[in-house]
Amino acid sequence: MSIMQRHEFIDWADQYLRGELPEDEAFAFESFCNQNPDFAELLEQHTSFLNQWKETENLNAFKKALAQESEKVEPISIKKSKIISNWNKLQINISVAAAVALISVFSSLWLTGYFSSLKKATTDYSALRREVNSVKRNVNEQNKAIQNINNKSTNDENTIHFGATGFMLTKDGYVVTNYHVVNGADSIQLQNSKGQTYKAQIIHSDREKDLAILYINDSNFKSLKSVPYTFKKSKSDLGEDIYTIGFPRDEAVYGQGYLSSNTGYAGDTIAYQISIPVNPGNSGGPVLDNQGNIIGIISGKQKGIDGAAFAIKTKELIETLNRIPADSLKGNIVLNNKNNLGNLSRTEQIKRLQEYVYIVKVY
Amino acid sequence: MPIEASDHDIIQGIVIGDNRTISRIYKLYYPAIARMIINNNGTEDEAKDIFQESVLVLYNKVTQKQFELSSKLSTFLYAVSRRLWLKQLTRKGSVANSSDISDYEDILQVEEDMDKHQENEAKFDKMNLALQELGEPCKTLLKDFYIKNLSMKDIQEKFGYTNTDNAKTQKYKCLQRLKKIYFNINI
Repeated sequence: MSIMQRHEFIDWADQYLRGELPEDEAFAFESFCNQNPDFAELLEQHTSFLNQWKETENLNAFKKALAQESEKVEPISIKKSKIISNWNKLQINISVAAAVALISVFSSLWLTGYFSSLKKATTDYSALRREVNSVKRNVNEQNKAIQNINNKSTNDENTIHFGATGFMLTKDGYVVTNYHVVNGADSIQLQNSKGQTYKAQIIHSDREKDLAILYINDSNFKSLKSVPYTFKKSKSDLGEDIYTIGFPRDEAVYGQGYLSSNTGYAGDTIAYQISIPVNPGNSGGPVLDNQGNIIGIISGKQKGIDGAAFAIKTKELIETLNRIPADSLKGNIVLNNKNNLGNLSRTEQIKRLQEYVYIVKVY
Repeated sequence: MPIEASDHDIIQGIVIGDNRTISRIYKLYYPAIARMIINNNGTEDEAKDIFQESVLVLYNKVTQKQFELSSKLSTFLYAVSRRLWLKQLTRKGSVANSSDISDYEDILQVEEDMDKHQENEAKFDKMNLALQELGEPCKTLLKDFYIKNLSMKDIQEKFGYTNTDNAKTQKYKCLQRLKKIYFNINI
């Protein structure tokens, strides 16, 4: 056995490795390897080479199976291409649908006057009616927070939408305020400085000039003494000292200033620009000069500009009054032409005046 | 066959080279990985290549004598695929466009497994190359004997040798040549 050839040994080893040798011969092979380290090494090398080869073949088989399986697998691309092909197919439909949607949106916005109201809303002119509810609510909430008192707010308060100012034209119950104050009103109540409240109705409204003529239509109302002020139809001068009384709060608030321009917002000729601090709620308030002449009616102010408020000229008020059809009047409007304020100090003027200036509550 | 295959079942399937296991691997893990690659500037074909290579990394890992999988199979495959895809993107020079996968820290440290896989792949390549160079009929003869386990008698008949000794001599000569080629190849 010692002169065994390498090729004979390999053949023997192959048979051994394949388990083809009977038990006794396998034993003989093992003991031969033990006695011959050279051949043992050869066997070792042989088996490791074969293992390497077998692993390679296994891997090749695995790779082949993997590649075959990969041919079968196609979920991702199919799904994706389906979406893409659907998109290509439906692109036109979708674009048409989108176009129709856009057209209908914008045309309905246009038809409902959204754009014109948008323009109005984005202008920097701000009308000065007061939104009572929010003020009330805020005040109530503050009171609650501070005093922890369960404030019983009446239903009346909750239904007030706007508050503003109005003043008497005649002693028998004609009152002027702004059109924007009473526009859309369900009912109107006027409250005087003593707290008495009267129902009023709209006799005439002039949208262009933003004026509304109200009539106190309430049995509780008793004619007052004739109004102390007169109406100045002629043009007032720049720089003239003027003042107003209005209701930006539930109390009368006095404000004074000067006439700053002969035209109103954006060159509007029916109004003056006045420099008086005014706030929501001042709308409809009288603007008086030193002698107690009404020279205008506060209507609004310009946002973002200090001291630019606007008052509708008395001349325009007179024109509006003249245009009221006779049959809608409860008796002629005869404006007072006797001024009782001229010689009084400002504080006295205001005292006399207060009785004729009302909070306009719009429900 | 249960619908949910456990990681263990799949590993066993890979070790014994079960085709159903391979198809299961595709069903379970391929979609997520393909989506990751396609969403990162890859094509479907590239996704398939990457996936196959990561399964091979797994194969290499599980066919080693001692191995332990420290994570779920899905996580392992995903991590390997991501590394492989990033490498490919870097090679293509478009790694800037793949920030969403390169930004994150690696979920798993798979570099070692991938390196080992590369090493083994080189050995296997060497063997395949040697067999290719060996040529016929040696290649088929050796394959029939060592891989397919045909008997010497079968081989003698198949190749038309006059007796088994002839066949044995031929087998030995072929094997020596294969070994010679294999050990002389330098890759």
